Amino acid sequence: MLGAMLHEAWRAMGANRLRTLLTMLGMVIGVGAVVLMMAIGQGAQYSVAQTISSMGSNIFVVLSGFTSTGGVRSGGGNAPTLTVADANAIAELDGVDTVAPVHWGSIQMVYGANNWNTWVQGTTPAYLDARSWPLADGTAFTDSDVRAATRVALIGQTVAQNLFADENPVGKTFRVGQAPFTVLGVLAPKGQNLDGRDQDDLVVMPVSTAQRRVFGTPFPGSVRQILVKASSAEAMPPVEKSMEALLRQRHRLREGADNDFTIRNLTAVADTAAETTRVMSLLLGAIASVSLLVGGIGIMNIMLVSVTERTREIGIRMAIGARERDILAQFLLEAIIISVIGCAIGLLLGVGGALLVNRLAKMVVVVSGGSVLAAFAVAAGVGIFFGFYPAKKAARLDPIEALRYQ
Amino acid sequence: MGTDLVRVEGLHKAYDTPAGPFPALKDVSLSIRPGEFVAIMGPSGSGKSTFMNILGCLDRPSAGRYYLAGSNVEELDPDATARLRNRTLGFVFQGFNLLPRMSLSDNVSLPLVYSGIGHAERRARAQEMLDKVGLGRYADSLPSRISGGQQQRVAIARALVNRPQLILADEPTGNLDSHTSEEIMGVFNALNDEGITIILITHENDVAAHAKRLVRFLDGEIVHDAPNPPRESAPSAASERHPLPWEGGRGEGPPC
Repeated sequence: MLGAMLHEAWRAMGANRLRTLLTMLGMVIGVGAVVLMMAIGQGAQYSVAQTISSMGSNIFVVLSGFTSTGGVRSGGGNAPTLTVADANAIAELDGVDTVAPVHWGSIQMVYGANNWNTWVQGTTPAYLDARSWPLADGTAFTDSDVRAATRVALIGQTVAQNLFADENPVGKTFRVGQAPFTVLGVLAPKGQNLDGRDQDDLVVMPVSTAQRRVFGTPFPGSVRQILVKASSAEAMPPVEKSMEALLRQRHRLREGADNDFTIRNLTAVADTAAETTRVMSLLLGAIASVSLLVGGIGIMNIMLVSVTERTREIGIRMAIGARERDILAQFLLEAIIISVIGCAIGLLLGVGGALLVNRLAKMVVVVSGGSVLAAFAVAAGVGIFFGFYPAKKAARLDPIEALRYQ
Repeated sequence: MGTDLVRVEGLHKAYDTPAGPFPALKDVSLSIRPGEFVAIMGPSGSGKSTFMNILGCLDRPSAGRYYLAGSNVEELDPDATARLRNRTLGFVFQGFNLLPRMSLSDNVSLPLVYSGIGHAERRARAQEMLDKVGLGRYADSLPSRISGGQQQRVAIARALVNRPQLILADEPTGNLDSHTSEEIMGVFNALNDEGITIILITHENDVAAHAKRLVRFLDGEIVHDAPNPPRESAPSAASERHPLPWEGGRGEGPPC
């Protein structure tokens, strides 16, 4: 029975090839647009997720306060309110996984004929752990390097390229001013952060080296920020609270006095970015769905025309024993075939378009099995939904009227 | 009588018109036994087509009872009446009503699709029926490739394919010339000889003369119901068994 019905649906569609193809085109464009837009949207979500994970997860940044000189206030991180001792105290709190004090500044590096200006992160070995940042080559410095303030450094990919070009930097020595530094290792590439800044353009060295041998500071032990990694996302709010209480107590701030530090929750920033791209990809999908809807209405329109044209045929079929559900199934099947074939073509075009976007615009696109499956389900759904009314109309025809129809 | 194939009692049918209800059938009662060949005549608007539609389970009476092959049609649901149309009845229309995009074989086997019969058997039975009406070798042609008389023979083959007890023919010769009409009536005669009951609407006396019983409708009532006198003028009436026109070696022309 189904074989015969498929055969008949195929014949009916073949009888009006151009019309069938144009109807199908509506579905092709609709599904193609949805697949392409989903691929772009999911691609955007994917790259944001990559960026977020490159920052490290569940991270707080505690910034030291600002200085105020005669009413002129400097930015956050400039006052020497945070110390390595603060960092060590925070490490003792419940729910804290890793703590890394960071003293940063910019330096001019020289190697042979090349020189390069970059940011220094003076920190402890825990820094790499907190930011989930592996080494591409060489080894990391150790706690004993921190204690001894040795002149060693880990360099980012961008620094490696600009200063050492094709040479292997591990074991080489660069100079900052007159002081020589040995490259212990090269960090794995991380790409841009959410602001679009190149995260690979940096040098990581022991915090003590940065404090004493590179920048110097009138306040021994002070750092500009402390990186704190909580043990889990759930642990973040309590950690934030206890960290604030601890620092206020350690800094001897009176009740009502402002904090002389700022706690920034990077995960919240990341969540906002993720939410933004999620909304964007939803929006893209919604706009594309409109064309799918239009395609569905096209199917309904053509099926209604088809039912009218074939009124007499329907009458004949009823007279020779077709039940209502046979007629219903026949027209429904036709609508579903049109939409499923249209969907398959649209899928190919959508995926092809996504690959083209990837090639030409260098955008990340993600075509997931889920979105392909969803496209097929939607197409079958559209076929059933928009085919049902015309099919029902056909099935409800009065056979006598239908037979008389010219 | 339990042996009646068709029995209608006190059949009424009224249509709603802007000028009030119009009675198309008024208290029609009729019994037809298996094997009968009945011609129904009457002027336009006499109710004969309405009567035929009710017999064919395409329409329902306003009042009265209709028993077809022992079952009360009034009590059947739409699927059951569709089954009756499919298995018990065969329709032959004035306009042939073949589906133009289907081969003759597919047209003839269409009722079998709705009986849920498999492809191979459908094909075989369609071929058998097409052979019976002398068109076996055109099984894969489209209806547009053959003449009107040949199309009507295909329509008869389609009506027969599910081995019905009753053939309902609504002016089957209305669109055909007199020679072809004789040919088609020859087919009906041969079928009736095989024991198939035939009810036929016509307003041509020549055609009605082939039937064994004549019923006349006028203004929604039966005004005449009597056995037909044996025909004398028609040439084919001479023999006991009606030979089919294409029997006896006469070659069919190729499809035009």
